[in-house]
Amino acid sequence: MDERVITAIIAVVGVPAVLVAYIWGTEQALRVVPEKMKPRIRPWLWMLPALAFLGLFLLYPMIGTIIASFQNTLGTVWVGLENYEWFLGSNDALSALKNNVLWLIFLTLFTVGFGLLIAVFVDRVRYESVAKSLIFLPLAISMVAAGVIWLYMYQYKPPGAVQTGTLNAAIGVFGLGPIPWLQVEDFSVNTFMLIIVMTWMWTGFGMVIISAALKGINPELLEAARVDGANEWQVFKGIIFPLLVPTLVVVGTTMVITALKAFDIVFTMTSGNLNTDVIANLMYKEMFRVGEFGRASAIAVVLLVAIVPIMFFNIGRFRAQEAVR
Amino acid sequence: MRSTYRFLAPLMVLGLLLAACTAATPGASTADGSQEPGASQGEEDLTGAEVTVIGTWTDAEQESFLAMVAPWEEQTGATVKYQGTRSINDILAAGIPTGVLPDLAGLPGPGQMAEYVAAGALKPLDDVLDIETYVEETSPGLVALGQVDGVTYGTFIKSAVKGLIWYNPTLHDYAGSEPATWDDLIAEGEANQGDAEGLWCLGIESGDASGWPATDWIEEILLHQAGPDVYNQWWAGEVAWTDPAIQTAFETFMNDVVANTYGGGTTAVATKFDLAGDPLFASPPGCALFHQASFITGLGAFVGKTAGTDYNAFPFPAFNDEFATAVEGAGDLFGMFHDTPAAKSLMRYLVTADAQDIWVARGGALSANKNATSYPDDISTLMGGMITGAEQFVFDASDQMPTAMGAAFLSHLVSLTAGSETVEEALAELQTVADDAYSE
Repeated sequence: MDERVITAIIAVVGVPAVLVAYIWGTEQALRVVPEKMKPRIRPWLWMLPALAFLGLFLLYPMIGTIIASFQNTLGTVWVGLENYEWFLGSNDALSALKNNVLWLIFLTLFTVGFGLLIAVFVDRVRYESVAKSLIFLPLAISMVAAGVIWLYMYQYKPPGAVQTGTLNAAIGVFGLGPIPWLQVEDFSVNTFMLIIVMTWMWTGFGMVIISAALKGINPELLEAARVDGANEWQVFKGIIFPLLVPTLVVVGTTMVITALKAFDIVFTMTSGNLNTDVIANLMYKEMFRVGEFGRASAIAVVLLVAIVPIMFFNIGRFRAQEAVR
Repeated sequence: MRSTYRFLAPLMVLGLLLAACTAATPGASTADGSQEPGASQGEEDLTGAEVTVIGTWTDAEQESFLAMVAPWEEQTGATVKYQGTRSINDILAAGIPTGVLPDLAGLPGPGQMAEYVAAGALKPLDDVLDIETYVEETSPGLVALGQVDGVTYGTFIKSAVKGLIWYNPTLHDYAGSEPATWDDLIAEGEANQGDAEGLWCLGIESGDASGWPATDWIEEILLHQAGPDVYNQWWAGEVAWTDPAIQTAFETFMNDVVANTYGGGTTAVATKFDLAGDPLFASPPGCALFHQASFITGLGAFVGKTAGTDYNAFPFPAFNDEFATAVEGAGDLFGMFHDTPAAKSLMRYLVTADAQDIWVARGGALSANKNATSYPDDISTLMGGMITGAEQFVFDASDQMPTAMGAAFLSHLVSLTAGSETVEEALAELQTVADDAYSE
């Protein structure tokens, strides 16, 4: 029989069979346990496979990374805090850190801001679903593809030559430019150009979630306010916005994490040159180009330390919201 | 059907590599001179044996390599499992600590080769090759580049010269009166520039390797200004970046090249290296001269044009008589990670003139072996002559520096060319990196 057919059968029949066998097996094993203890042990047995995978693929590498961050490149000598000292003493690393702060602030601001704006506006038009689909579409594109698309948008040819980049061709119509969008370091213009690409991708995400929350607001509340003479701005400021705050926070924290993890766009578009580097790209460079495993691990740990509090905050918010429901 | 296989290909390669690594027990050194009988003839029967090879060659180059090994496969009955990838550096860097390595591999450069030797991953070739014949047939500069402490670890199965200045003969034909010195070049170039907007074309964008065409520039200038000794001490970390010789080379690049570039440094940074020479052929032309290695004839607007009539080249001019015949070349260094009988046999075969002539005749490569000379056109013959005639031959410096140093060299040349750094700032920064990179 064709090998692929066998693989397909294993995937379709084999995996569920193993799962069922596992559940049945746990029940058999639970027979030896006194009746009272069963409900307490059973969930753990059911979670065991998932926990094992998490441990193997998440926890184990994480601990390994933390250990490696205190060792030299080959992992043979303990070097204490040397890798972290390098990080704090390196201009490249500090510039990447600064850029990540820009990413964090502005990507979050732009995606939440535009997401809110669009969600509120399209709520009032007939072609809402079409508009929302269009804005959501970029999220379906892979980040590398988005980077390549925007490389063409930002393309620069010397003055006098035919501008093949969309933006420069557009401003050329008005006799402006050309502007080397990705080469201007002043005021981190090039970093902002990269953030715009990510904003283009992720605004749809913010919009969809905020829009869903908007639909959840009781229309009678808004009606009552309007009857009492509130204008639309007052309705938005006094009722809609406060009710949306929990959602905005969730979207915001998700975007903060996305910003901290930014890599693909920077890697494909500038590869961190001309002061556009970010932490994740720096980590990749140290790891795969330079082969400094210790330093790359230290960067990973810095990133982890930055993200963990935000994740806990996010989980906390999520729980609080669940409790309200 | 086919797409399914394509999807599986990376997994299969990994599987093959794993298989290769388990087959050859690491550490069990068999390179103690115990050659198989008849080994030097390269005709032993290896039916069924497999050699895993990874290299940087893809597409046409991959076809040429496979054509090159086909006679060996026929002779021995063994097969070559080849995988071409541009990220060979990443794969080997990840493979050294984990042991997942192919039998034979293209090595990124002599610097990395020394690192792999230090890590104990590369096998010595002194007992694998007929070393006397190899040394005699190969350009001495290339032999030395494949050695670590006098032991041969890497061989060259093809090579290339850098430092060619390309021009469009319909604008001005330099053939027969090539500029001999740098000053002549600048003077004649400017005099014959015609309608061209800039003297030079320059494009240094190349993804995460952006900046390398500019590092090539600095290397050529330094090699011809200060000579091979300073050049070699420089990449080895024995000459500081802040040394006057280095600073002069950087300033020559900034003043004579970047300042006279079509569209200025910003355009150079925003232009992909493979399309950088295209303005040579535009109307009106963007530039009159373009510096790039021989492979450019396979890229951009060069494709489909005829060597000699549409474009031509002359060697990088001298700054002074002393270093006029110095040549910067590149080569595809090849090393062995597992000393299986089939891998050894293939290695012996690849260094022969017969094998290298196959690729040379197909075009796009210069042989490392002096006896392989079946070049398809005049420019290739000119370049082949540059290699065999070179009194001093140096390898790409940025490839030989510690990887951290090479990466910083690249990214600072991007900043420098874009005009966001001064030469002094860049050199001071590079020296800081050097203090760290060479200390390990």
